[in-house]
Amino acid sequence: MVVSCEEVWREISNYLEGEVDASLRASMEEHFRGCKHCTAVLDGTRNVIQLYGDERMVEVPLGFSHRLHRRLEENMASGRRSFLGWMTAAAAAILVAGGFEMGRSSVFSHPELRSDHAQPGSGVPPDMMVVVSEEGKTFHVPGCPFIHDKARLRTIAAREAIREGYAPCVRCMRKYLSASLISPSASADSEAQVSGSGNPNLK
Amino acid sequence: MPEEVMSLGSPAGQFNEELLIRRIRDGEHDLFYELIRPYERRVYSAALAILRNEADAEDAAQEAVLKALKHIRQFRAEARFSTWLIQIVVNEARMRKRKEHAHMIEPIVDHQDEEGNYTPRDFADWREIPSETLERKEVRQRLAEALASLGEKYREVFVLRDMQHLSIEETAKTLGITTASVKTRLLRARLMLRDLLAPGFGGSWSTKLFFVKGTKPW
Repeated sequence: MVVSCEEVWREISNYLEGEVDASLRASMEEHFRGCKHCTAVLDGTRNVIQLYGDERMVEVPLGFSHRLHRRLEENMASGRRSFLGWMTAAAAAILVAGGFEMGRSSVFSHPELRSDHAQPGSGVPPDMMVVVSEEGKTFHVPGCPFIHDKARLRTIAAREAIREGYAPCVRCMRKYLSASLISPSASADSEAQVSGSGNPNLK
Repeated sequence: MPEEVMSLGSPAGQFNEELLIRRIRDGEHDLFYELIRPYERRVYSAALAILRNEADAEDAAQEAVLKALKHIRQFRAEARFSTWLIQIVVNEARMRKRKEHAHMIEPIVDHQDEEGNYTPRDFADWREIPSETLERKEVRQRLAEALASLGEKYREVFVLRDMQHLSIEETAKTLGITTASVKTRLLRARLMLRDLLAPGFGGSWSTKLFFVKGTKPW
C-alpha cells in the first residue's frame, strides 16, 4: 500500500502514539524512507512531544511549594477552629438543655411511670376520681372500655393514681393529655369544664 | 525525583498513595501534604498552561489543591489520583478564565475547521534535540511562547496529553469532549508547535545549542 504525504501527516500523531495498524505502519515507514519532508515532520513532531513532556519545561516559581503548604495549613487550622467552635456551641447547647431538664425535673418531680410509653398525667384534674387496677399501668375514667382486670379495681383520686406511678389512659383521658401538651392554662380550662359538665363516659 | 516516580508508576507507590488517601479520609489531614507533594509541579504547570499568567496559575493551583482536600471523599479509587487532581486544576483554571472573559461574547460553536487536514508549513530538518537544551531559559521561553500562541482548545488537549501524560480517554473525560476530538486536536497542536519551533531548532538556534553542549564554535 502506497500512502501520500497528506495521509502521512493525518496519521503522524497516531503513528507516534502507536495507534496505527501494522499495515499502515509499514506503509508509512516505507514512505519516510523516500520522503525527506515527511521525515522532517516526523522528527520534529517527536521532538515536540519529547521536549514538552519533560518536567523541566515548566519552571515552578520560587517558594511555590512553601506558599502552597502555608495556605493548606491555614485552611486546616481554620477547619479545626470552626470544628472547635462547633463543638463549643454543641457543648453549650447540651449544658443549657441539661440545665433546663434538671430545672424542670426539680420543679415538677414525677414518680417513675409504670409504663415507658405513657405520658405523665399532669393535665388531669388532681381531684378527679379515677379507677386503677392492681396489675395495670394506667388509670381510667370509670366505665372506660379499655380497663383491664375489672375484678380488682380501685377508685382513687387522680392525684393518688399519679403518685403511685399510673399514667393516664390515652383513650379516655385523651382530652386532658392533649390539653396538658398545649399549655398549662388550657389544662386549667379543661379542669373547670370537666368539673362543670361531668364525664360523658359516666352517663 | 524518586518520590514522584514511585507515586506515578510503581505498584508500591500506588499502594502507598491508596493508604495515604484512606488515612486522610479517616481524619489524618496532615498527611495531605505528603500526598500532594509529588504533584505540585504538575498542578502548577496545568494551571499555567491554561491561564498563561504565573500569579493566576499559582492562585488557581492553590485553590485546586484546597478543593482536592475538601472533596477527598469523592475521589474514586478506579481513577488515578493524579488524573483526578489535574481535573480539578483544569476546572478551576477554566472557571477563572471564563470569569475573566465574562464580558466578552464567545461563539457557542467553534467553527474552526477541526476536521480539515493540517498541512505543515515548514520542512526544516529538526533532528534529535538533546533534552539538556531545556536547561537554557531562553529555550524554555521559546517553547512556552509557542505553546501560549496555540488556540485554547488545542493547548488544553496538548497540555493534558503531552505534558501531564494523561491518556487519550482521560483527556477526553477531563475536557468533556470525545476521544476523536482529542486525537484531531492533538495532531493539530503537535504539528502547529513543530511548525513554530522547527525553523529555530533546525537553523538559527542550532549554533547556540552546539555552544551549550560544549562544542566550541571555533
